Amino acid sequence: MIAYLGRRLIQSLLILLGVSLITFALLYLLPADPVRQIAGRSATPQTVENIRQQLGLDQPFVVQYWRYLTKLVSGDLGRSYIQRSEVTELIVSRLPASLLLMVGAILCELLIGLSMGLIAAIKRGSATDQTLMVASFVGVSAPQFVVGLLLLYVFAVRLSWFPIGGYGTWRHLVLPSLTMGILGAGWYARMMRSSMIDVLRQDYVRTARAKGLARSAIIFRHALPNAILPVIAMIGIDIGIFMGGIVVVESVFGWPGIGQLAWQAIQRVDIPIIMGVTLVSAFAIVLGNLLADIIAPFIDPRIKLR
Amino acid sequence: MKKFLASTVAASALALMLGMTSARAEDAVDPNAKQGGAITITYKDDVATLDPAIGYDWQNWSMIKSLFDGLMDYEPGTTNLKPDLAESYEIAPDGKTFTFKLRHGVKFHNGREMTADDVKYSLDRVTNPKTQSPGAGFFGSIKGYDDVAAGKAEGLSGVIVVDPYTVKFELTRPDATFLHVMAINFSHVVPKEEVEKYGADFGKHPVGTGAFKLAEWTLGQRIVFERNADYWHKGLPHLDKITFEIGQEPIVALLRLQKGEIDVPGDGIPPAKFQEVMADPEQKARVVEGGQLHTGYVTMNTTMAPFDNVKVRQAVNMALNKARIIQIINGRAVPANQPLPPSMPGYDKEYKGYPYDVAKAKALLAEAGHPDGFDTQLFAMNTDPNPRIAQAIQQDLAAIGIKASIQSLAQANVIAAGGDKAGAPMIWSGGMAWIADFPDPSNFYGPILGCAGAVPGGWNWSWYCNKDLDAKAAEADSVVDPAKAGERDKMWSAIYDKVMEDAPWAPVFNEQRFTMKSARMGGADNLYVDPVHIPINYDNVYVKDVQ
Repeated sequence: MIAYLGRRLIQSLLILLGVSLITFALLYLLPADPVRQIAGRSATPQTVENIRQQLGLDQPFVVQYWRYLTKLVSGDLGRSYIQRSEVTELIVSRLPASLLLMVGAILCELLIGLSMGLIAAIKRGSATDQTLMVASFVGVSAPQFVVGLLLLYVFAVRLSWFPIGGYGTWRHLVLPSLTMGILGAGWYARMMRSSMIDVLRQDYVRTARAKGLARSAIIFRHALPNAILPVIAMIGIDIGIFMGGIVVVESVFGWPGIGQLAWQAIQRVDIPIIMGVTLVSAFAIVLGNLLADIIAPFIDPRIKLR
Repeated sequence: MKKFLASTVAASALALMLGMTSARAEDAVDPNAKQGGAITITYKDDVATLDPAIGYDWQNWSMIKSLFDGLMDYEPGTTNLKPDLAESYEIAPDGKTFTFKLRHGVKFHNGREMTADDVKYSLDRVTNPKTQSPGAGFFGSIKGYDDVAAGKAEGLSGVIVVDPYTVKFELTRPDATFLHVMAINFSHVVPKEEVEKYGADFGKHPVGTGAFKLAEWTLGQRIVFERNADYWHKGLPHLDKITFEIGQEPIVALLRLQKGEIDVPGDGIPPAKFQEVMADPEQKARVVEGGQLHTGYVTMNTTMAPFDNVKVRQAVNMALNKARIIQIINGRAVPANQPLPPSMPGYDKEYKGYPYDVAKAKALLAEAGHPDGFDTQLFAMNTDPNPRIAQAIQQDLAAIGIKASIQSLAQANVIAAGGDKAGAPMIWSGGMAWIADFPDPSNFYGPILGCAGAVPGGWNWSWYCNKDLDAKAAEADSVVDPAKAGERDKMWSAIYDKVMEDAPWAPVFNEQRFTMKSARMGGADNLYVDPVHIPINYDNVYVKDVQ
């Protein structure tokens, strides 16, 4: 177990290193010159060169990358080109909002997805099953931008149940979580359905039924806990999908998380922020996967960590 | 030595002799304005910085103006210069020495009095390469600038503190734009002790002399301005508090405005909703329309065949159906026939420009040796509506036989291609177009049409360099005497007429500004389309529903 963990940690570090190298290289190759972005349109060529030197952007790629890495080790992500503040400070100030949204989204997708999957499995083959599966398909394929605006319009503007975007109370959290959760809910509904159908076919379920247990007892006490475990183990992997989703959802709802930060930075070619957010998200994804793998054997003893 | 004294460029000599200099600014307070109240303004993007030496986007430009002051400013809602932190100024007849008398008793938000030393410190700071100010280049005419820019000197030798309330500027050449330069944010006065206390984070902890002071900044969420009770300009500002909510999509902001939750959507009316808003009388009544110091244009690379032939460039000018292009942006613009926008001094009202004439354009192309047209590329920024505008231009060009393929790219990439001599044959400027830094005709020439801008990484995307015109521009800018401003404007008109003869650009339209406000907002309409304050003039607006 410890050897396995050690190996996985080294792997994770290598992945992060790879992500940093690729992102850094891509941003380096970008035809846009960040110095000119900083210097503005009225800058003289001399000002442009001064800034380039001060930021060390006149150095060769390897030198720039090495300097970034050495600073990174001490937790320094550099300063934003446009905002001139420390990237670490910008990310840290926005991280709680993104985490909160992620928790909300996980709750939504589990609640909606698992109940849909459960009902579909129990009513397998019925019209309800078919409707739910079509709905899950729509959920999976609907663009989050559209879903977000639609929810906003119906529940915030028309019905005034929730505030129109923003951040602060639990009421602000509902619509963005739902928007993010609907996508995952579709997947979970499908997974839950097949997992539940599998379990319902098992011998012990047949035995329980033969013993004359109530249908609800069989489903909720015996089948559900077994069916739900492999599905839950997927949450770690979800984090990767969320990292993509928060960019869109945070922008629609004005949610002050790192997705919004990344989107603005991309538009302004603010390279230190793009690098920082990419690394933080990569870290979250790697961590999520690692946790999912570590938890798996506890959930399903048939899985062995090697 | 004869010196002339001036309070505003437009002021008459009589008023000056009567010593009305300092009375003017106080007159500007609206007698109907109510004191107090709070408003909410939304923005999509984070506010980058509130450091006057750094901030250079349309969003923080006006916010910085409310936190800081410069020696000069503009009368609210106009482009007329007036002294601000300066009480009066004198210009030597040779146009190379400017002496400003400062107001007494102006206090920074930290309570300390502002003096001439602060003015000098602020200018030394903004020109110091370590500050990395995008505006350093504006101060190029001050003596000692080159040494500071090269890192050879710590301070500008041409900024001289005569006494605590007098500061003198010595220039290397007569500079008619210098009073404007003293009004741009980069020259706003900052207190040394606060800059040193916060270092690179001064932009997050701004301390100035302005009408408002920063009360709260929650990163990514909101910025709150609070009225500066000690503001030297008595009676201003009218509002007690302004809350800027950050991270709101323009379309969401509009919904919130309709529900009465906010007062001004800072990013304006979203294009997709424009017609809906204008079709609803109730909403339309709350929209203020005004001009902008903006021109949208197509550049043609004059060093690249076939655009090195003036006839080809003139043909393109005649091929564009500007009225149809304006329809694409819901009529939110007026057709342009010259580089300067109509609200800019020096705009030539008599100039008729190139007519829309497909037959003539074809004939010109044939004369240039391209009877069947040619293939070329049109670069454009990839955000709406620019690709659609580029397509309209593409169709117009196709009508005279020019087959332009559209290169729709991110803003930074288009800017990079324009700054590369072999990069882009044609660029539609939308989304990156020139908006004047200050309301003076010279500001549309140097960087975008003059030889100085036709360098790698420059903004002269036509690579148009006419040495003769450069000399004429320098001559016009040496006319410093405010009494000769009209003469100087004429010189500039002539320069732009000549530019149009050479046709490095095809001017397309001048965008209009449409600011929407809540029903409770008060103040003259021009405060909501103020040429130098976007979206609105925070110091002078007020709310009507305070008790």
